[in-house]
Amino acid sequence: MMFLQLFWEFFKVGLFAVGGGLATIPFLESMGSATGWFTPADLTTMIAVSESTPGPIGVNMATYVGFQVGSIPGAVIATLGLITPSVIVILIISGFLQKFRQSKTVDSVFYGLRPASTALIAAAGLKVALDVLVTVGSTQTHAFAISWPLVILTAAVFLAMKIKALGKLHPIVFIGISALAGILFKL
Amino acid sequence: MNIYLDLFLTFARIGVCTFGGGIAMLPILQREVVDKKGWATGEELTDYYAIGQCTPGIIAVNLATFIGHKLKGALGGILATIGVVFPSVVIITLIAAFLRSFAEIPAVQHALTGINACVLALIAFSVHKLAKSTLKDIWCWLIFAVVLVCSFVFGLSPVTLVVAAGLSGWLIRRLTKGRKAGDRA
Repeated sequence: MMFLQLFWEFFKVGLFAVGGGLATIPFLESMGSATGWFTPADLTTMIAVSESTPGPIGVNMATYVGFQVGSIPGAVIATLGLITPSVIVILIISGFLQKFRQSKTVDSVFYGLRPASTALIAAAGLKVALDVLVTVGSTQTHAFAISWPLVILTAAVFLAMKIKALGKLHPIVFIGISALAGILFKL
Repeated sequence: MNIYLDLFLTFARIGVCTFGGGIAMLPILQREVVDKKGWATGEELTDYYAIGQCTPGIIAVNLATFIGHKLKGALGGILATIGVVFPSVVIITLIAAFLRSFAEIPAVQHALTGINACVLALIAFSVHKLAKSTLKDIWCWLIFAVVLVCSFVFGLSPVTLVVAAGLSGWLIRRLTKGRKAGDRA
């Protein structure tokens, strides 16, 4: 019964949280207070762990909450609940897309959509940049501070990717080296 | 290799390499799905992102379902999706069971700061690559600029912007088509 409820609660999150994984947080907050499965303090820990481990944040959060409530089966069931609505919706949309791909109207719509989608990704990237590189309100005289070591690291990775021989490396290589740099220089 | 197994394993690898939200997945997707496997084009990725921003659920999951379905129907979509969430389930379960203070370890925090800077660079690189294939003419640049400002500066909802951009694309094509036909004649 509890597993059924767990599946249903995450099914609802998957159905109503439109957008990225962070869109699930408000839903999780109300889930915690409604069910008593976890406290706001637990949720803070879960967000921190979800952000610092591999995997999409939204999925990590579902697994963590599920494990907290019902151990390993709970983790699996919560994650399945989260992904079920989006799998159903996307399978339907993807079916339609393949059917109407030849349509001139669909092609024209995507002609406008692609630059918009690129812009939305760029905007999300800019938000990440602000998040990573700028600290707000660190001292009274400065409203914000730029973290120069991180600016240098970001620039170094970007330029390294531009070099043909290095650009062929898998992104995880750059991620690994940057993690080491973070530890070595206590970033 | 069996294509279904390949879908599962490739998306599991993508899941392991993703740090952050769905957008952090873009560089890995470009690498694994576009460059290496040829399962989708850069344009198709932008299509999937646009739709993923407007539909229920997490973008990372939406993308996996889309690519899996394109390749091998419903079963492909489901397997790719299970693949992308599989590493999360394993890693988070281990941490939740044995190491709840994981995120508070200083070395983890330092490593994460480095990783975030790296992911930012990877995203910038990917956006640059995407822009080359999606910003083909002045109209595309116009839509790009307007949506970027509306989203980043004014915080307009992606759903509104995607619908408006789709309509604009349709209108632009309708209005410019007649002129192009006239040019040829």
